[in-house]
Amino acid sequence: MFDFLNKYASLMHFYRLSRRLSQWLAPLTAVLMCAGVVGGLWFAPTDYQQGDSFRIIYIHVPSAWMSLFVYMSMAGAAVSILVWRVKVAEIALRCSAPLGASFTFLALVTGSIWGKPMWGTWWVWDARLTSELILLFLYLGIMALQNAIEDRRVAARAAAVLTLIGVVNIPIIHYSVEWWSTLHQGPTVSKFDRPSIHLHMLIPLLLMSVGFTTFYISALMVRMRTEILRYDRKTNWVREIVTTHHGSPSSV
Amino acid sequence: MSEFLAMGGYAIYVWSSYAIAVVVLGLNAILPVRTERREIAELQRAINARTKHDTPS
Amino acid sequence: MTPRRKRLLIIALTVAGIAVAAGLILAAFEKNLMYFYSPSEVARGEAPDNRPFRLGGMVVEGSVLRQPQSLGVWFTLTDMAEESMVYYDGILPDLFREGQGIVAKGQFNDTGLFVASEVLAKHDENYMPPEVADALEKAANPQSNRTP
Repeated sequence: MFDFLNKYASLMHFYRLSRRLSQWLAPLTAVLMCAGVVGGLWFAPTDYQQGDSFRIIYIHVPSAWMSLFVYMSMAGAAVSILVWRVKVAEIALRCSAPLGASFTFLALVTGSIWGKPMWGTWWVWDARLTSELILLFLYLGIMALQNAIEDRRVAARAAAVLTLIGVVNIPIIHYSVEWWSTLHQGPTVSKFDRPSIHLHMLIPLLLMSVGFTTFYISALMVRMRTEILRYDRKTNWVREIVTTHHGSPSSV
Repeated sequence: MSEFLAMGGYAIYVWSSYAIAVVVLGLNAILPVRTERREIAELQRAINARTKHDTPS
Repeated sequence: MTPRRKRLLIIALTVAGIAVAAGLILAAFEKNLMYFYSPSEVARGEAPDNRPFRLGGMVVEGSVLRQPQSLGVWFTLTDMAEESMVYYDGILPDLFREGQGIVAKGQFNDTGLFVASEVLAKHDENYMPPEVADALEKAANPQSNRTP
């Protein structure tokens, strides 16, 4: 097991793995998202209470889930960076941050747009919305911090520390609707209860959630490959990749 | 069809949400690919320059 | 202890320490983080009495009274234990209806009426098509007609 991990901790092996992964992950993402959107906009029935406005859920909820998932992935990378100084983890953390910020932004904006007709307001400072906004600032802060530090490896360690300090926000976001009285409603899909959403409405939601996850991994792979080339640009394996490379990269 | 576009009166809310998602995800899909190509091109140029320099003409 | 284990321990302790600190801060700010007060909390005197605050509850069936010529409307909010009467003069959100969760921002006047400057609708986490909602409603109340 550790041999396996050790192998892919090497930038060269990870680069090769990511190329192979991207080849099928990108088309899979496209299929899942198309299926999810068609299912959500067309096949899912209208909601008894919210009418067709509830269809924003197919963007809002996967975005929100990803905003948390990406951060937890970054937290995992952060531990690897600080304890074992794994280079791949440094690159994964650096490249994940803009993606996490994008998902958080999407969750906040679509949530706001959804809130206006349903709640009657674009924004409230309740615990759920406020903590998600703080998450956006965390992501931006992590990106800014790395930008500000010249040395990539020092920047990675600083970003890792900031990531771990902010990780306390994640359970706050998740449990905010249970711990405090909030305008945002409680969870529809949770680990232990049956989902309180009709099956035909649930299926596109699950498709979009998986699709958003594969999107994250695909987009992350592209960014990481670029960064790996920068990290290892003086090595022979990179020279070989670059010189034998022609036309467009093998895949997204 | 027009009923579909109207989204029960919530058209502007639903469609703007999806449009923003397309923009945000689209940029995240396209821009890093362009950066990757640019990076490879730059590295190629750097290698060619070094090879020219090292090889006596 | 190896250097790595030591680093891991330090990180774990730091994160734990921050979590504890955050927990204490949140506990201290508990009152401000509660987005709204319930009618029971108001009855117990826990709501502020000299500035606007948010009152949340469910609209009691049959309690909605509209003023004939204006937007003004009266309704009663309940948390199944206590009730508060609210008056609002403005456009109500789409989801406003009897039995709906509502969060009203405002203050009590001298006669014990909560005069609201803002009324927001809270919706639950259930999503289902109208036929299923009707079926559930009929199962719960065999003889009543569902009020839209």
